[in-house]
Formats: sequence, C-alpha cells, structure tokens
Amino acid sequence: MMLETETVQTKAGPSLSSEGVRIGFGDFTVVDGADFAAGPGEFVCLLGPSGCGKSTLITAIAGFEKIKGGSLLIAGHPVDGPSSETGMVFQGTEALFDWLTIRQNVEYGSKMRGMGSSERRQISDRHLELVGLTGAADKFPSQLSGGMRQRAQIARVLANEPRVVLMDEPFGALDAQTRHIMQTELDRIWQKSGCTIVFVTHDIDEAILLADRILVMTAGPKARIKSSYEVDLPRPRDETSAGAIELHRKLRSDIGEEVRAALRNQGLAKENS
Amino acid sequence: MTQVHLAQRVKPVARPRRRYDSQIRKVAILIISVLAGLVIWQVLSWQFGPALVASPAETAEAAFALLIDGTLWEAITASSYRILLGWLLGVAVGAPLGLLMGRIAVIRELAEPYIEFFRFIPPIAFVTLAVVWFGLGDMSQIVLIFYTSVFVVVINTMAGAVATDETKLRAAASLGASRFQTLYSIVLPSAVPHIVTGARLALGNSFLTIVSAEMVAADQGLGVLIWTSRNYGRIDWTFVGIITLGVIGFFFDRALRLLVSPLAKYKAKI
Repeated sequence: MMLETETVQTKAGPSLSSEGVRIGFGDFTVVDGADFAAGPGEFVCLLGPSGCGKSTLITAIAGFEKIKGGSLLIAGHPVDGPSSETGMVFQGTEALFDWLTIRQNVEYGSKMRGMGSSERRQISDRHLELVGLTGAADKFPSQLSGGMRQRAQIARVLANEPRVVLMDEPFGALDAQTRHIMQTELDRIWQKSGCTIVFVTHDIDEAILLADRILVMTAGPKARIKSSYEVDLPRPRDETSAGAIELHRKLRSDIGEEVRAALRNQGLAKENS
Repeated sequence: MTQVHLAQRVKPVARPRRRYDSQIRKVAILIISVLAGLVIWQVLSWQFGPALVASPAETAEAAFALLIDGTLWEAITASSYRILLGWLLGVAVGAPLGLLMGRIAVIRELAEPYIEFFRFIPPIAFVTLAVVWFGLGDMSQIVLIFYTSVFVVVINTMAGAVATDETKLRAAASLGASRFQTLYSIVLPSAVPHIVTGARLALGNSFLTIVSAEMVAADQGLGVLIWTSRNYGRIDWTFVGIITLGVIGFFFDRALRLLVSPLAKYKAKI
C-alpha cells in the first residue's frame, strides 16, 4: 500500500537508443545492425534463437563489450564501459555477493556511492518490500532458493535506479513453476517501479507475458533485428487468451525460420571443424 | 496418545546428543592417536638407548627442568615473537600485493619476475647476509621470516584474485563501483579462502626457517636450544626443542583457523 504513494523514482528521458550497432571478435561479426529504441518505462523483449547474439547485444548495452560500429546511447549519452546508468540482472545467481546478506547486496550500489547508512536502509527496505524479500533481508544468498535469489538481484538493480534495467534470461535457470511465478512478479514490479526494461529471452511465451514490444532477432552470425511486434494485450496477461495465442503463432513462424537457419549454421560449423 | 507425545518430545533432544557423541568420538580418537605415538616413541627409545633417543619420560623430565630454570619459556617467547611478527608482516604485505598483481596486469608484469626469482632462493641462503645487515638477534630473524612468508602469500592471493568470478565483477561495475572499490569489496572477499591458505602455508614455512636461522644467527630461541643441546650432548633437550616446535606450530595453526572461521561462515552455508 505504502509503495503506491512512494513509487520508485526512475530518471526521465529517452532511455535507450541503438543504431546500426555492430559487435564482433576479430573477423567474426556477431551482431550487425541492431536498430531499436526503448522509451522511458517501456518493457522491450529481445527474442531470438539460442546463440543468435542477443546476449552479446545486451552485454554491449551494459558496457561490458565494446561495439565496433554504430551508436549506443543511454539517455542521449554514448555507452562507455559499465556504469550505474544500466543495471544488469544476470541469469546466474553467482552474480550475488555471497559474503553479504541480501540487504547488504541491495545496498551495495548506494554504499559505493557513499550514501549514509540510514538513507541506504530506507532504500533497501523499500526495494526488499517491492520484491517480497523483507523477511529474508538478513539471510545470505546461499540460504535462498533460486527464485528468491533472482528477486534479490532485481531489488539490487532497482535500488540503484538505473535508466535502463537489462535482463539476460534472468529466469532461464529456474524450474517451470518458479519461472512462471517470477514472470508474474516481474510484471507487477515493473508496473510499480515504472522502470525501463530490456529483456533477453528465447521463450516466446515469456516475451508475450511481459513485453510492450517484442523485437525478433535473426540467427547469428551478423544477427540483426528483423521485426518488431507491439503487444497491446491487457495486463496481467494470460498466455492462453485468444490474443496471446494468435501472437504466439505469428512469432513462432517468424522465429522458426531463424531457428532453422541457426541449426543450419551449426551444422555447417560442425562440418567445417 | 502418550506415545505420540513422547516421540515429539524426544526428537529435538536426539540431535544435539548425536553431535555430542561425535565430539566424544573425535576426542577419543585423538587420545588413541597420541597414545599410539607415545608407545612407538617409547619402544624406539628402548631399542636405541638414551644416547640416541630420549624416552618420553626423560623428555618430559628435561622439559620440566628447562621450564623451571626459565630456559624453555625464554626460547618459546623469543621464537614465537619472531615468527608472529615476521609472518604478520609477510601477510600484511603479501596479501595486498597479491590482490594488485592478480587484477592489474602492469603490476603483475613488473613484480612477477622477482617473485619467480626469489621464491626459489631459500631463506637460509640469506642468513649470513641478514646477520651482516641486521646483526645477531630479533631483527635479522624477523626479516628472514618475512622473506619466507611473503612469496607464498603473494602467489596464493594472486591465484584467488585472478579466479574472482567474472559475473560478480560485472555486477559490481554496473552497480557503479569504481576499480578500486571493486578491488576491496569484491576481489578481496572472493580471495579470502586463498589468502588463508597462503597464510597457513607461510606459517609452516616460518617454522622451517626459524630453526635454521636461529641456529646460525641468534643467542636465544628454540633453534638455539636445539643447537646448544647438541654441544652439551643433551639429546633430551633436543627432543624438548623439537616437540615444543611441533606443539606451538599446532596451536598457532589452530588459532589462525579459529580466527578466520567467521570469514568462512558464508562459504560453509552453501
């Protein structure tokens, strides 16, 4: 209840724009031509077959990977190395600092910025409540289940108030039931916090459940964004609703070509090696 | 009805009791192990006679005599002081240096040739130099202990720093931590188990070094006790010195492990 009046503040402005981004290692080009933008408060899903380069793209947005061409702007400023402008929720739970409690993990960013302990405490209280971890504040990551650890990661990133929250298949390692709960939870958290999210997944239903806009990527190498789908289904969404099923069908045929292309490429790679 | 009630009451009691039993078992095995050692020692002393092997009883008697006249206590405090100070300095210098070497390529490239060069020169090789530079006594011993400790701590810490989980480093960076903040808030805690291993190995090295260094370059200490007892033909004093070394080493290591056990807590919970 308190959360609704005290909505988590996110910085305003056009959050992310990516134009003609090219990423590669040596002669090998992974991503070639990623054109998209994410407005403030928007939830964008990058959907593509495994190994297509969507993780590479999000890694570059986070500043962990240098781009070879094109431009990547966060709130109008080019990405130059990792910064608190972009917060990353990783797939693996090893991203949590396991010598710190959940609360200390959530307070890490504000502590590094030199914020006082009472202020930090307020921030962590608010975000632990937001993700439903108030009772686990003083536990260590190793004492929590996979789903709770991902909640902790989300709280830690949101507490830092980044312009863009990046999520790289954050629920990929969870079992099906927990994954479904976390998807619903993320929908709720996103609506309450009003943050901008770029979410990478290969799961069509996950994209439909969560995204305002779904961007389909082609199979790598030289992956690009080939199509964009606005999802205007009412939230909370139901993947068995007529609209969702129809969208699923469209996306499946669209992405199916890419999956086949990816398989062909892998076959080729195997023959070559 | 009453049976169910009983079962519920018995269960929580059963657990601590099992733990208690395993403690007793541990202590019992320790006692058996020590007794077996004493028996073998006794047999050996009968076999070779008091001129070669002092029996447990003779050793205890000698230890008591040396304790009474203060020699043993003086030797223990002198050696312990040198070991502790030299070793602490070695860890205090070695751990930060290892962290920096593990994460910053230039520092690693600058320091590595020296680390690789000096770690193959045993401290004994420097005993004479140490005496010339620092004189007979504490200073030269402490420098030698420092020398024997620092490299093993550096190498272990560096291995830990290099092995820091990449995802954690990335998470810290995207939460806004600077390079230096990442070093002490992520790399250091990740490397703690490696640092502790390095420190324990260094402690072992310190005991190896102290005896030989004191034999050459000191006027008191356990090394001196062992060396002079040979001059007097007192094999029992030699035994006292040797056993005392083992006992203090054992307790130092236990104390170190106790000291760092809170640090290892989060790991144990996994």
